[in-house]
Amino acid sequence: MSNFDPNTDMPRGARPEEQITTDPSKPSERMQFRLMLFNLAPWIIASLVLLLLPAVFTNNSTITLMNQMMITIVFALAYNMLLGQGGMLSFGHAVYAGVGGFACMHIMNTSDFFSSIPLVILPFFGGLFGMGLAMIVGSFSTRSAGTVFAMISLGVGELIAASSVIIVAFFGGEGGVSGNRTDALPFFGNEFLQQINVYYLIAVWTIISAALMFLWSRTPVGRMANAVRDNPERAEFLGYSARWVRFYSFVASGFFAGVSGGLFAINYEILTEENLNTASSGVILLVTFLGGVGFFFGPIIGAVVFTLVQTVLSLQTELWAFYAGSLFLATVMFFPGGLAGLIMMHVPAFKLGKSKLLIIPYLKTLVPAAIGILAVCALVEMTFHYRHAATGDHEMTLFWTTFDSHTVLPWLVAAAIAAVGLGIARATAPSLKEAWNEANTRGAAS
Amino acid sequence: MSVPALELTGLKKSFGKAEIIRGIDLSIGKAERHAIIGPNGAGKSTLFNLITARFAPTAGTVKLHGEDLAGLEPYQINRKGLSRSFQITNIFPAMTVFENVRCALLWAQGYKYSFWNLVNRSSALTEGADEILDQINLLGRRNLPAGTLSYAEQRALEIGITIAGGANVIMLDEPTAGMSNTETDYIMDLIMRVTEGKTLIMVEHDMGVVFGLADRISVLVYGEILATGKPEDVRADRKVQEAYLGAALEAEH
Ligand SMILES: Nc1ncnc2c1ncn2[C@@H]1O[C@H](COP(=O)(O)OP(=O)(O)OP(=O)(O)O)[C@@H](O)[C@H]1O
Ligand SMILES: [Mg+2]
Repeated sequence: MSNFDPNTDMPRGARPEEQITTDPSKPSERMQFRLMLFNLAPWIIASLVLLLLPAVFTNNSTITLMNQMMITIVFALAYNMLLGQGGMLSFGHAVYAGVGGFACMHIMNTSDFFSSIPLVILPFFGGLFGMGLAMIVGSFSTRSAGTVFAMISLGVGELIAASSVIIVAFFGGEGGVSGNRTDALPFFGNEFLQQINVYYLIAVWTIISAALMFLWSRTPVGRMANAVRDNPERAEFLGYSARWVRFYSFVASGFFAGVSGGLFAINYEILTEENLNTASSGVILLVTFLGGVGFFFGPIIGAVVFTLVQTVLSLQTELWAFYAGSLFLATVMFFPGGLAGLIMMHVPAFKLGKSKLLIIPYLKTLVPAAIGILAVCALVEMTFHYRHAATGDHEMTLFWTTFDSHTVLPWLVAAAIAAVGLGIARATAPSLKEAWNEANTRGAAS
Repeated sequence: MSVPALELTGLKKSFGKAEIIRGIDLSIGKAERHAIIGPNGAGKSTLFNLITARFAPTAGTVKLHGEDLAGLEPYQINRKGLSRSFQITNIFPAMTVFENVRCALLWAQGYKYSFWNLVNRSSALTEGADEILDQINLLGRRNLPAGTLSYAEQRALEIGITIAGGANVIMLDEPTAGMSNTETDYIMDLIMRVTEGKTLIMVEHDMGVVFGLADRISVLVYGEILATGKPEDVRADRKVQEAYLGAALEAEH
């Protein structure tokens, strides 16, 4: 019973303030243009940053890090199409990225075909394979959200990860599948020999994928994904099958996960079981949640922060996973909105023009807290060194200080700093809270 | 006589051993305003749930414009032009008021599962939703999360969502439940306005509320229809007076 034809617009100009004209001198048109620019600004800025970053960070290891970051961004955004927008908690999403990646590796190794296509379109094939698998699994897993969906996703994830050692022809067994990206048809003479070439390939795919995923959230099926997440029953009484809405979200998410797998294949030229196991599925859940599922840009922040923690911290300490876990735990417990939620919390104060009130109280609380937390980390590291260092090796270096972990003094110092730092933070917390309330209330400062 | 908008024959529903709906035959004509009244626990909401496929009937048939609805899912029935509201407010509390109504317009405007249209690009959607908001007096609340509205406003929004898709059979389950007299008057007035020319089936507790407004009234007691007819006839019915109105009057004292 469609009373309206979607293709016939209502008479335009019925509401003067929404009049659409092409005359730029009309105020409404200028307003709309400004609004459009405002909406596009984050995208333009992000694109420029991505294009200019290699000019700032020229060394190869940084570029590798940024490639890793962008691949994770695409994957995390795809994951959030399910978790944040669709309310579906998947414990096995790595398989869609992984299968997309493996498919790309096999295309790379099919030299007749691969030498006839430019490398830049390879991730699209990854997307197709991720999407194909999602269609198969989604046909039975999206019947319900909640526990059943989560359990099926976990089961399928385990199943496919386990078949990687059984179906050796596709997954390559323990060694995985490797290939050579430079065998592709040169793209305007470019064979992607250098990391920097790959960087630009990934950057363009990241921007396009992110934009498409954002636009998806604005389509009818994207809006209904939110509706089904919040109240599936009501959505059904509005003409939408909750199950099919979930299915379409799932398939779209599978596509972009597959794209990220394809980008991985191009960047590393090897895929192994690790790309689709449950640990990888857990990591992407962690990344997405850390960034914040409630905002579109949340997973982007999560991917950037997590990749930094993973690479930078893992160079410094063997215990990096412990710290990453603690960070995740703290986020879940204290900031369920994730880092994006934490940022957006400050918008009201900014809008009231009172954000300046927060600077000093923040410094007073957060600096001692940070020092205290670092001291706690020092205690953790010392314990680790004390227990696990080779016998006789008593010397350790922490925060540019070398000392003997088997003497009492360093322990006392670290404990004292921790106590004092956290103590000050605790003492100043009430005044921070006061400042926070003040900054978020309308009206003149008292 | 033309095909009735809604026709129930021998409709029964049991939950385990308890028979809640015990054989209902009812025919509601096109553009009729039909009120279903009855005491607590009579089975009014259950009857609604049977018609809209929230529950499957134990026996009997439901026909919409002569078409048997057996085996259809709620969303399929909705697409055939039957829309309902709920006794306990059932909206999307986290979404804005505007967004609630826009979601209710999507299928009706033919968007289906489209991922190639952008909702904010469609003036038909935006203007259609604003028109509904205007009708239910919630334009001023347009951009607030629906969950933050007052109870009466949420009820109005629920009615807005129910009628937005342009269904021609509208079923409202106690739209005035828990409202003050002024609010009841306001909502009833709203209902009469927005269901103009449509088939309206409305559950009510209180005969007084629907007396002047309904074309016909059915009295449901213990899963059976005691009487169906014009309001004055139903009011004059001996059985109804004994079984329901008497009890209701006593309860009021
Ligand atoms: N899902 C269910 N399972 C078991 N019993 C149910 C179920 N739904 C309703 N009932 C029972 O059916 C009877 C009728 O309930 P129903 O909600 O239809 O009454 P009602 O006429 O709408 O009452 P009210 O005026 O309070 O809304 C009640 O005794 C209720 O306990
Ligand atoms: Mg009821």
